[in-house]
Amino acid sequence: MSERAASVTPTETDEQDDEHIDDSATPEAATEADSSADDAESGPVTTGAESVVRALENAGVEYAFGVQGGAIMPVYDVLYDSDIYHVTMAHEQGASHAADAYGIVSGDPGVCLATSGPGATNLVTGLADADMDSDPMIALTGQVPTEFVGNDAFQETDTTGVTTPVTKDNTFSSDPDRVGTDVSEAFALAREGRPGPTLVDLPKDVTNGETDREPDEPKTPDTYHVQERADPEILAAAAERIENAQRPVLLLGGGVIKGDASDACREFAIEHEIPVITTMPGTGAFPEDHELSLEGAGMHGTGYANMAISMCDTLIGIGTRFDDRLTGGIPTFAPDAEVIHVDIDPAEISKNIHADYPLVGDAETVVSQLAEAVDESPQATKWRAQCQQWKSEYPMTYQAPEDEPVQPEFVVEALDEATSDRAIVTTGVGQHQMWAWQYWTYTEPRTWVSSHGLGTMGYGLPAAIGARLAADDDQEVVCIDGDGSFLMTLQGLSVAVRENLDITVAVLNNEYIGMVRQWQDAFFEGRHAASDYNWMPEFDKLAEAFGAQGFRIDEYDEVADTIEAAIAYDGPSVIDVHIDPEANVYPMVPSGGDNAQFALTEDQL
Amino acid sequence: MKRGLEGPPPEQRQAPVGRRNTQGIRIDPEVEARQDPRRTVISALVEHEPGVLSDVSGLFSRRQFNIESLTVGPTQDDARARITLVVEEPDPGIDQIKKQLRKLVPVVSVHELEPNAMRRELALIKVDAERPDQVAAVADMYGAKTVDSSPETATFEVTGSRQKIDAAIETFGQFGIREISRTGTTALARGTDETTGPSPAEASVTSAEAAKQDSYTQPADDD
Ligand SMILES: Cc1ncc(C[n+]2csc(CCOP(=O)(O)OP(=O)(O)O)c2C)c(N)n1
Repeated sequence: MSERAASVTPTETDEQDDEHIDDSATPEAATEADSSADDAESGPVTTGAESVVRALENAGVEYAFGVQGGAIMPVYDVLYDSDIYHVTMAHEQGASHAADAYGIVSGDPGVCLATSGPGATNLVTGLADADMDSDPMIALTGQVPTEFVGNDAFQETDTTGVTTPVTKDNTFSSDPDRVGTDVSEAFALAREGRPGPTLVDLPKDVTNGETDREPDEPKTPDTYHVQERADPEILAAAAERIENAQRPVLLLGGGVIKGDASDACREFAIEHEIPVITTMPGTGAFPEDHELSLEGAGMHGTGYANMAISMCDTLIGIGTRFDDRLTGGIPTFAPDAEVIHVDIDPAEISKNIHADYPLVGDAETVVSQLAEAVDESPQATKWRAQCQQWKSEYPMTYQAPEDEPVQPEFVVEALDEATSDRAIVTTGVGQHQMWAWQYWTYTEPRTWVSSHGLGTMGYGLPAAIGARLAADDDQEVVCIDGDGSFLMTLQGLSVAVRENLDITVAVLNNEYIGMVRQWQDAFFEGRHAASDYNWMPEFDKLAEAFGAQGFRIDEYDEVADTIEAAIAYDGPSVIDVHIDPEANVYPMVPSGGDNAQFALTEDQL
Repeated sequence: MKRGLEGPPPEQRQAPVGRRNTQGIRIDPEVEARQDPRRTVISALVEHEPGVLSDVSGLFSRRQFNIESLTVGPTQDDARARITLVVEEPDPGIDQIKKQLRKLVPVVSVHELEPNAMRRELALIKVDAERPDQVAAVADMYGAKTVDSSPETATFEVTGSRQKIDAAIETFGQFGIREISRTGTTALARGTDETTGPSPAEASVTSAEAAKQDSYTQPADDD
C-alpha cells in the first residue's frame, strides 16, 4: 500500500527549494508589496491549489506559517509566486502557535500549513489551544490523493477526524471546483461570531486537479448564524439591575478583546464607576493602572480581585466562559451575585454559572446597548472604598533582598519598565506565566499573548514569532518563558534568526518545572517526582549556537543593564535568567477552592 | 525568609453568605438542590453530508452527555437528514445539548419535542418457534408482523413506543429469545406543529422569563 502511495506522493525527503527564502522576500518586503498586491497580475485560476491561494489572497492574508511536505506541495508551489510571505517553521506545532498569536495580535485569522499525516498531527496542539481560547486561525493540511484515502496510505491520517474536537469547523475538500470556496468559507468561519480555528484538508489530487473556478468571497455557510444584539427585554432588566446594584463588578473576559469591545467597556466602567476585574484572557481589556482596576481574579489572581468577586452583588461578565481557573469551586463563586452574562455564543450562557440576565450578542454591540439603557450609576461609593481597602490589605509585593537569588517578580517588573506600554508579552505555561501576568502592568488589549484554556508549555517562543509579524514595528515583543517550556519549542529560534525577528526571550530559569514543584511542595509532601530539571542547557550559549544573541543574569546588579542590552539588540535575543529556584506564586486558590480563601503563604493552603 | 504575601489570613476575611449548587444556580445555602435528570427527545435537522453523524455523536461523547438512542435518516429534502436523539439529563444538561448541537456548522435546526410528539421505535425479535400457536397469540397482542419463520425460529417486527417494545420483548421472553435488534426512537411533532426549528438564529434565549426559568414539561413516555 505505502509503495503505491509513494509512487504518487513524494516522500518527506523531497527537498524544498532553498530559493524560496531569498533575500528580497523579507517580512518588510512583503508588507511593502502588499500595497501593490491589488494590481499584481494574477492570471486565471487553473488548478485547485491556485484557487486555494487565491482564496487566501482575497481574504487579505499577508503571512502564512508552515512546513513543506509531499501532500501540501501543490499549494506551496503556488505560494512560491504569491505575495503572501511564507514563514518556514522548524516544527508544525510552532506553525500553529505562531498563526494563533498572529490572530490574537492582529485580530485577523492566522494561517498555518502542514503536510498530511505527521504534519497535520503536529498542528493539533496549536489547534486545540486556539479552540480553547477562541482565537481566529485557519489550518490548511495536505492529504493523500482521494483514491488512497482510507487505505492507510503513506502519511495518511484522518485529519478531519482527529481535529473535529479541537476545531470550530473542518472540511475535507473533495472537488477542485469547490476547494477555493472551502478555504474562503473556513476563513469567514474562523473570524465571525465566536472566533476559532478552522481547518481544510486538501487531498493532493484536488489541489493538483484542474479547475477554472475562482473561489467565492469569504462568507459563512447558510446554516451559521450569529446574533449581534441582545434581547431588549432582558437588556432592560439587566440595566435596571445595574442601576440598583450596591456592589457591582465588571468582569471582562477574552471575548472583550476578540470583539474589540475594550473601549466600550472602559467607557462604561468609568462612566458608572464600576470596579473592573479581568480574566486572564481578558488581560489588557482595561488599564491595570486605573484606579477602578482590580486586575485579575481566580487561581493566581490578586487578593483584592478575589475578595471583590466573592463579595459582589452584581456581576457583569462580558465575553467570559467562567473557566474553573477563574471560578474555583462553583458553589463558592460570586455566591451573592446576580449574574449578567454577555456572550456571543449562546452555549456559554449558564454552562458553568447560571446567568440571571443572559445577553446573547456581540460584546461591543451589547455593551453599547447597555450604556444606552443604564441611566443612573449604581450607588456604590462604600463598595469602591472597600475595594481600595482590599488593595492596601493585600498588596502584590515580594521580598527582594540583594543577597538572595534573583526574584522572578523583579525581573518581570524590570522588563516592563524597559519597554513601552504597547509592548507585547508572550509566555509559556507555568509559574513564569503567572508572574508575567501579575507583575507586568497591562494597559492595552492584544498585548498579552498566552495559552489559557489549554495551558500549553512551549507556546511562548512560536507565539512571539507570530506576534512579531503581526505587531507594529515600534512594539517590542518579549517572551517570558520557563526553562521547561522553552525547551519544548526552542528550535523556533532558528526561524527567528533566519527572519531576523526582533524578539527578546527571558527564560526564568529555576531548573525546575516550577509550577509542578510548587504543587508537589503543597500537595505531595515535597516529593519532587520528575520535576527537577537540573540538566538544563545554558540557554545563552544555546541561543548563540542558533545565531541569536545570548545573555545571562545571575544577580540583581546585572538585571537592568542586561535587559536593556537585550531589548536594544536588533534581532532575537535570549536572556538566561537564573532565578530563585524556590520562588512560588501567590496568592493561590487551590483548584476547586473558594476564591475568598486564597492562600498568601504555603501554610494557608 | 518568609515566602508569600502580606494580608489578613483566610479566617479573618469577610465571607459571602450565598451559595450555588454544582450547576451554578444560586440556592438556599441550607439545601443543596440538584435537578433530577429527565428523558426527552431532541430532533435535529442537519446537512446531508459526510461526517455530520460523527460530528454529532462525537459531541456527545466528548461532553459526556448520556445518549439513550440516536437514529438518523433522510428527509423529504435530499440535502437534509434528520437526527433523532433520546437523552437523559437534568434540565441544564438538556439545555447545553441543544445549544452545543446548534453550534455545529452542518446543523440546520434543533428542536426539543413536546411530550405529545409521535415517537416510534422498531424491533426485530427472533424467538424459538416450538409453540407456534402461543407465539402467534403474543404477536397478535402487540400487533407484531411475522417477518420470517423457520421450523425452529420465528422473527417478528414490532413498532411502537419504547414501553410497548419493552413489554413485547418481555412477553416473548417466555418462548426463549434468540436475538433482538432495535432501532432506537424516531419522532415527529404532532399535527401542523413543526419538528424543525427554531433555526440557530432564533434559538438563543429570547425572553427574560424563559431565561429565568427554562420551563420544561415532563414528557409522558408513551404515545
Ligand atoms: C505540554 C505540557 N506538558 C505538561 C504540562 C504540565 N505543566 C504545567 S506547568 C508545568 C511546569 C512548567 O515549567 P517551566 O516551563 O519550567 O516553568 P516554571 O513553572 O518553572 O516557571 C508543567 C509541566 C503543560 N502545561 N503543558
